[in-house]
Amino acid sequence: MSATASLTAEAPNYLRDGSTLGSWLFTTDHKRIAILFAIGITIFFFIGGTAISIVRLELVTPAGDLVSDDTYNKLFTIHGIVMVWFFLVPSIPATFGNFLLPIMIGAKDLAFPRLNLLSWYLYIAGAAFTVITLIAGGVDTGWTFYTPYSTMFSNTAVLTAAAGVIVVGFSSVLTGVNFIATTHMLRAPGMTWFRLPLFVWGIYATSLVMVLATPVLAMTLLLVIAERWLDLPIFDPSRGGDPLLFQHLFWFYSHPAVYIMILPAMGVVSEIVACFARRRLFGYSFMVYCLVAIAVIGFFVWGHHMFVSGQSAYANLVFSFMSFMVAVPSAIKVFNWTATLYRGSISFDAPMLYAFGFLGLFTIGGLTGLFLATVPIDIHVTDTYFVIAHFHYIMVGGAVSAYFGGLHFWWPKITGRMYPGSWARFAAILMFFGFNFTFFPQFVMGYLGMPRRYHAYPPEFQVYHVLSSAGAAVLGVAYLLPLCYFAWSFFYGKRAPANPWQATGLEWQTSSPPPTGNFVAVPAVTDPYEYHPKEGPIDVQGQLL
Amino acid sequence: MSERVFLRTPWETLARQHVAVSFGMWVFLASEILLFAGLFGGYSIYRSLYPHGFLAAGRETDIVYGSVNTAILMTSSLTIAVAGRFARAGFGAAARRLLIATIALGLLFLVLKGFEYREDLEKHLFPGPDFPLAQKGAQLFFSLYWIMTGVHAIHVSCGLIAVGRLAFLSRRRVDWLWGSGSEEATALYWHLVDVIWIVLYPLLYLTGRSGHG
Amino acid sequence: MTGMKLLLPEASKMAREVDIAFFVVLAISLVIFLTLFVLLVAFAARYRRGTCVPRGPLPRVLQHEIEIGWTAGTVFLAIFIFWWFVSGLPLPPRYAPNQLEIHVVAKQWMWKTQHPDGAREIDALHIPVGQPVRLVMTSQDVIHSFFVPAFRLKQDVLPGRDTELVFTPTEPGTFHLFCAEYCGTQHSHMTGEVVVMTPQDYAAWLRAQPHGDTLVRQGEALYAKLGCGACHSPQSQVRAPKLAGVFGNTVVLAGGGRAIADEAYLRKSILSPRDEIAAGYPPIMPSYAALASSSDIEALVAYIKSQSVQGQHR
Repeated sequence: MSATASLTAEAPNYLRDGSTLGSWLFTTDHKRIAILFAIGITIFFFIGGTAISIVRLELVTPAGDLVSDDTYNKLFTIHGIVMVWFFLVPSIPATFGNFLLPIMIGAKDLAFPRLNLLSWYLYIAGAAFTVITLIAGGVDTGWTFYTPYSTMFSNTAVLTAAAGVIVVGFSSVLTGVNFIATTHMLRAPGMTWFRLPLFVWGIYATSLVMVLATPVLAMTLLLVIAERWLDLPIFDPSRGGDPLLFQHLFWFYSHPAVYIMILPAMGVVSEIVACFARRRLFGYSFMVYCLVAIAVIGFFVWGHHMFVSGQSAYANLVFSFMSFMVAVPSAIKVFNWTATLYRGSISFDAPMLYAFGFLGLFTIGGLTGLFLATVPIDIHVTDTYFVIAHFHYIMVGGAVSAYFGGLHFWWPKITGRMYPGSWARFAAILMFFGFNFTFFPQFVMGYLGMPRRYHAYPPEFQVYHVLSSAGAAVLGVAYLLPLCYFAWSFFYGKRAPANPWQATGLEWQTSSPPPTGNFVAVPAVTDPYEYHPKEGPIDVQGQLL
Repeated sequence: MSERVFLRTPWETLARQHVAVSFGMWVFLASEILLFAGLFGGYSIYRSLYPHGFLAAGRETDIVYGSVNTAILMTSSLTIAVAGRFARAGFGAAARRLLIATIALGLLFLVLKGFEYREDLEKHLFPGPDFPLAQKGAQLFFSLYWIMTGVHAIHVSCGLIAVGRLAFLSRRRVDWLWGSGSEEATALYWHLVDVIWIVLYPLLYLTGRSGHG
Repeated sequence: MTGMKLLLPEASKMAREVDIAFFVVLAISLVIFLTLFVLLVAFAARYRRGTCVPRGPLPRVLQHEIEIGWTAGTVFLAIFIFWWFVSGLPLPPRYAPNQLEIHVVAKQWMWKTQHPDGAREIDALHIPVGQPVRLVMTSQDVIHSFFVPAFRLKQDVLPGRDTELVFTPTEPGTFHLFCAEYCGTQHSHMTGEVVVMTPQDYAAWLRAQPHGDTLVRQGEALYAKLGCGACHSPQSQVRAPKLAGVFGNTVVLAGGGRAIADEAYLRKSILSPRDEIAAGYPPIMPSYAALASSSDIEALVAYIKSQSVQGQHR
């Protein structure tokens, strides 16, 4: 322990390896690129959050009296576009995946460091298109860009918005290629596939989906651009096109996209639960198979977004069945995380609080997926707030909780600083309650018929909207708190030791922050999660007796 | 020449780096295939909905240009494949000449495509008020024609830049081609561009041209 | 109507089934969630750091058999819910005797409904309780969606195509009608009401409406104005399919294959006649896409449908 203590901030580390702007903007160090991405996604998180704060403020009253109809439509559209493509999709993969994947497998960097930098520049280029879209007055098609509204009726900056999404999609594809090649080609001696941390498996499964699904989105939006800009008939029914073709192509990507958003989160939760329960993860191999099963089955369920679209009843049956099947591996993972706690030695640091939050909220989100897979129920609740609540429970209650959990878990490793634990725990609990207040009422009002994307609504829904907006205010505070204490920790936080959480995993065998080459000495590879020996009892502190 | 010149972080051996670069390119090719898959899917659906329109429209594409371009592209795949063989066998100069031949053929493809586009536009084969065919679906065929060949041409251009890079970087040291590892990846990409065209050719040029029309 | 609403009226035959499905799935979900919640809380309390409870390794049976067990259980539950609530859904087309056929045209940002006898409404639909209704819907511009929460029903309305919604209202009352597919600026204002009345009230209401031509009579007028009879009437010298009784028949197509002459086929035959031309007829019919709007097509199709051979009822 004392040897690693001397490896803290005074030792050379990647943060101090060059302090010019150029050393950051032209870096090929995966750790620095991770930080570059983190800055980008944080900015966009607050842009998307600001947009929806105005929406939730508007929805406190039934009348549309805060902003105009058009402004409202642009606000929810930009919230969706920004949160999906500029925050959630890159969030865990491009920050923690970039930073940790090479270290967790014992490598010096990703397989293609310069390609990694290109991924970031493509993200920035896509972001630039989005900023141009905002300056040009915004876009009002919804993040789903349904035709013929987007191609022939909207009077907003659809072209630049679509272009931005196409470009940032390529960022995603290149990151996926990089991660897949890295996992296959750069594992340290002894690091076999079934010794990989589940975070690596999560990133790997995500990368498979990113590489195969994202190009379909790129082509679909290219077709929208072609129809809108060049007046080429593709989806226009008056010239023989079929608007449903757009929906099939769009959802063929966008359903796997939600797995891009949740698989890395599941990987993070596995790391945290094992560490703070001081226990080997229950059912490691099943956890791996489930990650891959979710990635694969996820490609065959897209039609569940289209049960009322006019597609055939036979298609509805098939997609409903496949949607029930994709729920199974997710459920098994929740059982396994819970079982990991059994006979563990649980401490309630901030990362673990976020993991607990994930378990509860992801479960609720996943169970409401059963409602939506059931076609007659979906016919009633689709396009209502029920769906909004469902996907926010998974995306925000699940993926964002896991992102914050990961931030709190790996912050000492990435920055070399500790943050104030009590503030962090308080923020985690505040987030959990704020989240539930915001989104649980939405399930109820969705069932009662409150449609989504409505600027003004019948007065009988007001009570739910007020509750939801109040919760959103609390949630907003809970998101701002980490911004404050993390910034504080940069300057005043205690210097972090190499392994503040006594965690297993190769990232904890190097200094906090790591040196540019990741390791000073070749790391020792063991089975993952060696938190307790296979035989023999452990004491109350989780130590071997 | 020294292997160390080519070795990049994070690789320990050049052989491993080469394998990884090719592996990475294969993964990227999978994404490229999915990129075109959406177009092929759309084509299939509209073809089944509007068989007459598609057959009539398919007869309007210029089969001479299309077939000559197919031959050109397939030959260019041959030249780049042989270039790779020569490079690995140590005949760097010959390999380089074949790369330049590949570039020439690729440029010729684009030039002919340009002439073909001009002719298509003269025949008003761009969906719009002057479009000559009245069958429903014929305009859809041509929407897909312009988009498919346009996106393909962009890929040809990117491929030419990549092959050009190989030719440029190996101009002083012909055995650079063997050491860099990017030669095989570039060739893979070029082959994909060719394979995509081989699928496009029957869809766009042979439709409606069988005996029965 | 303020105050917290927790229940929605069940106003169609389907509503009760949907509610049953909803509350059964809710019960199952609650059981699963509460089990997990209790376990999480129990483990968090019992196994928190510092407690003196046994923490040895897990017995092997708990590792393998239990995993297989809960995997199998989850798969079974998923298939069970699917089988119970989804697999038994009726497949279209669903025609019922004495079905009231109402035509709906959606446009930015209003609903236009038309009763068979010609009565029209905007943003409203009056129907009698207990009678099966079939809505035949199309859009004039973008995709909309016809949503009546009290019926637990929703159907997207598409341009260039008909979609249908079949239901039987079971409760009199006034119920919200919402557009449920985002359609532009005034999407949130594209609302209306469905008014379900007793049969007597409905009959009275219907009598009081200003009656435009019924859809069939409009179609008849258009048929004459567009000169369809020049080829299609029995007296015509031109070789063209005769339309009396064509609706619902099987048509042998020129390219091989068959089609049912339903509304979609008739619409297509007017808009792009060469696509699925009947076998044995020359491809000389021009397209009427430029001459007939989508409402015109609705009317023409209704008229052709009405030219049924005596006794055939669809």
